[in-house]
Amino acid sequence: MAKAVSLISGGLDSLLATRVVMDQGVHVEGINFFTGFCVEGHTHAIRKRHEDRPKRNNALWVAETLGIKLHIIDIVDEYKNILLNPKHGYGANMNPCLDCKIFMVHKAQEWIEKNGFDFIITGEVVGQRPMSQRKDTMPVVARESGAADRLLRPLCAKNLPATLAEREGWIKREAMHDFSGRNRKPQMALAAHYGFVDYASPAGGCCFLTDENYSKKLVDLWQARGKRDYEMDDIMLLKVGRHIRPRPHFKLIVGREEGENNFLQGYAKIYTSLKTTSHPGPLVLLDGVANDDDLLLAARITARFSQGKSAEKVIVETRRDNGEEKILEVAPLPPSELKEEWHV
Amino acid sequence: MSHHQLDARRLLCPMPVIRTQNKVNELKPGDVLEVICTDPGALNDIPAWCRINGHKVLETKKKNNEVIVVIQVNHS
Repeated sequence: MAKAVSLISGGLDSLLATRVVMDQGVHVEGINFFTGFCVEGHTHAIRKRHEDRPKRNNALWVAETLGIKLHIIDIVDEYKNILLNPKHGYGANMNPCLDCKIFMVHKAQEWIEKNGFDFIITGEVVGQRPMSQRKDTMPVVARESGAADRLLRPLCAKNLPATLAEREGWIKREAMHDFSGRNRKPQMALAAHYGFVDYASPAGGCCFLTDENYSKKLVDLWQARGKRDYEMDDIMLLKVGRHIRPRPHFKLIVGREEGENNFLQGYAKIYTSLKTTSHPGPLVLLDGVANDDDLLLAARITARFSQGKSAEKVIVETRRDNGEEKILEVAPLPPSELKEEWHV
Repeated sequence: MSHHQLDARRLLCPMPVIRTQNKVNELKPGDVLEVICTDPGALNDIPAWCRINGHKVLETKKKNNEVIVVIQVNHS
């Protein structure tokens, strides 16, 4: 029996592409790459107001629905070079989609060589994405990843030259599909055919780097630090809270509600943190370097976002990243002084 | 058979699952692994990963703001 590994994003296309090949009697296992920028339903569920959303990892859900194994691989460190130096450039935001796809298929190629599998499946569709899924860039993915004709795209295989899987008779070309373009109706019809109903929203997107606001925060981080680099904690914190940069050398991350405050609490001993004690208010982290004057401004902003925002004085407990604690009594910053351009 | 603990606090999905997967790969059949997380999604994800890969979930519980999943390894 031929063996294939399928790149499972958690979305509909990879679910369908995998199932199409499984129907051909091929043994399929899933592989899911974690870049650090992946959007997951319950990343948002940190926020209490999203408590009603299903808390599930969509890639795991897809694997369980299909009854296949899933290998989740952490590529956070290796992915840095893809994001920082994309050979093929960025999309509309900081999304290096073509380089990303090449890299993931390359990693899958390494995986099949190591594990004795025969070919790779992706849910790509010709013309569906402006960068990585165009007729002229899809051969680039196959070529530069090193997978060459071991890469099969079952949802649009009929629109592409035959690959090894077809030539070897592991799958029948006529059982593949000829989807193209951004129209999602063929995928939805195929999902209905298989009885898949609870799949992730096709319009949901799977990467924070395609998000304009997230990309702005990432660029702001690089500018403030004077170098294009990041750690895992940095990119996690970009997903959470209100980000305010009142001065170039520090920014504040303000929890917007209880769930975010709980999450930020986990970082409160690594970063300088601020919390109002005279009134209920958010937990605030300070990222950067702050002198006493900066800390005072940070405390006034913290007070501004507390329930004491209209009070004359608010007490703010501050704790520096070196453990030094100080209680400040401050006047909340008036709205007119909280400049719009400070919001990242 | 031995008992192990994995601290996956502060990690967001899917890192608790990845750490669990990598730790389980080091363990022997019958070994028990207790995973402690702060991401509430782990309460669903780690059991889902166990079902896919044939490991047994002995217990799941929530304690304060932490989620604890206890697994028995089964490399089949």
